[in-house]
Amino acid sequence: MALPKRIIKETERLVADPAPGITAVPHDDNLRYFDVTIQGPDGSPFQQGIFKLELFLPEEYPMAPPKVRFLTKIYHPNIDKLGRICLDILKDKWSPALQIRTVLLSVQALLSAPNPDDPLATDVAKHYKENEKDAQRVSREWTQLYASE
Amino acid sequence: MSSDYEYSDDDVDNVFDDDELMADGDSDGDDGMEMDDFKVVPKATRKAYELEYDSLSQPAVEKLMEKDVEYIRGILGVDDNTASLLLRHMGWNKERLIEKYMDNANKTLVAAGVIRPEPEAVKPSKRPITRRATKQRSPSPPKSSGSFTCSICFDDAPGLTPLSLECGHAACSGCWEAYITSKIRDEAEHVCRCMAEGCGLVAPDSFIRGAIDEDGFIRFQELLVRHFVGCNKNLKFCPYPSCTNTVSCPSGASKSSLTTVVPIVSCGARGLASDGAPLSQSQELVKRATGKEHKFCFGCVIDSDHRPVVCAVATLWLKKCRDDSETANWIKSNTKECPKCVSTIEKNGGCNHMTCKKCKHEFCWVCMGPWSEHGTAWYSCNRYDEEAGVNARDAQSKSRASLERYLHYYNRWANHEQSAKLAQDLFAKTEKKMEEMQITSTLTWIEVQFMKKAAEELDKCRVTLKWTYAMAYYLAKGNQKELFEDNQRDLERAVEDLSELLESPIEPENIPALRQKVTDKTVYVQKRNDIVLEDTAEGFVEGRWAWNVSVDGFEAPAAEPDTAL
Repeated sequence: MALPKRIIKETERLVADPAPGITAVPHDDNLRYFDVTIQGPDGSPFQQGIFKLELFLPEEYPMAPPKVRFLTKIYHPNIDKLGRICLDILKDKWSPALQIRTVLLSVQALLSAPNPDDPLATDVAKHYKENEKDAQRVSREWTQLYASE
Repeated sequence: MSSDYEYSDDDVDNVFDDDELMADGDSDGDDGMEMDDFKVVPKATRKAYELEYDSLSQPAVEKLMEKDVEYIRGILGVDDNTASLLLRHMGWNKERLIEKYMDNANKTLVAAGVIRPEPEAVKPSKRPITRRATKQRSPSPPKSSGSFTCSICFDDAPGLTPLSLECGHAACSGCWEAYITSKIRDEAEHVCRCMAEGCGLVAPDSFIRGAIDEDGFIRFQELLVRHFVGCNKNLKFCPYPSCTNTVSCPSGASKSSLTTVVPIVSCGARGLASDGAPLSQSQELVKRATGKEHKFCFGCVIDSDHRPVVCAVATLWLKKCRDDSETANWIKSNTKECPKCVSTIEKNGGCNHMTCKKCKHEFCWVCMGPWSEHGTAWYSCNRYDEEAGVNARDAQSKSRASLERYLHYYNRWANHEQSAKLAQDLFAKTEKKMEEMQITSTLTWIEVQFMKKAAEELDKCRVTLKWTYAMAYYLAKGNQKELFEDNQRDLERAVEDLSELLESPIEPENIPALRQKVTDKTVYVQKRNDIVLEDTAEGFVEGRWAWNVSVDGFEAPAAEPDTAL
C-alpha cells in the first residue's frame, strides 16, 4: 500500500532536521514503524540517559494517534512496567494537527515533569508523592542501570 | 425504521377478532391491503398497571430538539447553529443556558466552542457579541487561494479545496471528511472540534453536513438524538439492538414515583431492526405481526417486563440471585451444619462419625444426633428415631429454613424464566399444530388462530408469574402476602392447565372440543393475569405492600423476625 504523503514528508523532515535529543528512524521493511531514542532532559533524574522507544503509525493516522511505547526500563510515575505511556495527547487530546515530532517532544517533556497525580504506575507515583527525593534517586539509579550506553 | 406505528401495544381486549397477519413465508406485495387490520383502536380506559407514555420515532425526537433550538434562538438572538451548539454544551438545560449566557455570554460561547477566546489584551467589554456569533458559519474557503498545502495530509495538489471553521485553520476537504467521519463512526462523538492543536472551536451542523457523506450525516443525527435523549430524564432510548425509537414517559421519570408504578413501556417497534436496508411493505407487516414487542422498564436498567414488582425490589432480587443462587444450591445439596455450633460442613469422605473442626462436637452424619449415644454401633446408624437425633434435626432444619425459603422462590422464578426462554420453541410447535389442524379438520386459518393466541398469552403470564416470586420473597408475612400468594396460585394453576392443553396431542375428532377448551382457558388465564397485575399495582398506589427487608423509597420493615437470608 502506498504510504500517505503526510508520513513521507514527516519522515523526511525528521531525518533532515531532527529535534534536539531525539532520533526517529523508520524500519526499512515497514515505514510506519520507527525506532526512537530520546535523551533524558538535563536537570531531570533521567539526565544523560538514552531511552529507546518504538513508535507505530496506525492505518488511521493522522486521524488516530501514533502508538508509542518505551523499550528501555524507566522509573517514572506515568510510564508502566510494559513501557506504556500515560499522556493525554496520545489518547483523547489527540489532534490530527499533531505530528511525530510534537509527540516525541511531549514525551521528552514528560520526563522533565512527571505527573504523579495522574499515575499509570501507581507504586512509582506513590513513591514520588510520599518521598520525591528518594523516588528521584531510584529514577537516577535506573537511568544509570538501563539507559546508559 | 422511522415510521410511527399506529397500533397500540395491548391486544388484550380484542382477543380473537384481530386476525393478525402471519409469517406465512411467501409474502408478495398484495399484503398491503391488510394494512388496516393493524390499526387497533387505542383503548379508552387505562388499567391500574399501565401508565401513560409516548413512543417517539427519531424524526419525532428531532422535532422536539428543533423546538428547543428555536426557543433559544428567539431568546438569545443567535442563529440555529449557535443555539444548537450552546444547548448541546449545556446538556439541553435551557434555564441554565439562559442564566449562564446572561451572566457571561462570551465565556459561554467560548466554552461551547462557538467562538475562540479573545486575546488577553482585549477585555470582553460590552461588545455586541451576539452579532459576532450570528455571523455566517458555513464552510468558507480561507482568503488566499493560490498554492495551498493541507496542514494535515501535507498534500499540495492544485485541485484541493481548503475548508476551515471560523478560526481559519484550513485543511483540505478530504482530511475534514476523514476526521469527522472517524469522530462520528469510531468514537460515536458528535462534538467535532477544529483539527488544529488547542483550537476549541466546534464544527456546526451546517459545516458537518457539507463535509461528510450522507450516511455519515445520518449517523451524526442519530448521535445528536441519543445525546438529547440522554440529557432528558423524561426520555429513554429503546435498549433493543439497532432500534432507534425513544419513549417519553414523564410519570416514570421521577425516582419517587417508582414506589407506586412499574413503568414498563414499549417503544412501538417490533422484532429486530433490519440492518439498514429498508424492508418492503410486506416484510414490514410480517415483522410487525410476528416480532416481539420491544418492552423495557423506564425506571431501571432491566430491559424486559418486570411487572408486577417495582424496580427497587426487582433489582434487589436480581442482585441476590446473581450473588447467591448457585452457591446456595451447592450448600444445600452438599453440606450440613454442625448441630452445636452451626458451622457449615462438607463431608468429603470417611465414616459417619463426625467431629466438628470448630467446636469439636462429635455427632452422627446420618441422624445428626450426638455420637456418644451410638455406643458401639459405629459405621451404621440405626437410631434415627432417638430423641436427641430428632432434636438435632429440628434445629438443623430451622437454620436451613431461610436457605430453603430462598431456594423455594428462586427455583420457581428460574423455572418460569426457563419456560419463557423456551417460548420460541413453543411458538414454533404451536405453528406446526395449527397447520396440522387445518389439514385434519375443516377449520380455516383464521379459526386456528386460537392456538397462537393461547401461546402468546402463556408467554405473557409466565413473565408475570416469574416476577411474582421475586415479589413474594420480599413481602412481609401477613394477610396481604397471603392474598397475593392466593392470586399467584390461581394464575399459576391456570397457566399450567393451559400449557397442558396446548401440549396435548391432536386428534381430529377432538378438535372442536379442544378449541373450545383452549379458548375458554385463554380468556380465564388472561383474567387471572389481569387480576394479579391490577391488584398489585393498586396495592403499590395504596401503600399496601410491606417488605421484609429495607427497600429504597419504602418504609423500613416492621421488627418481625427476619426470615430473609
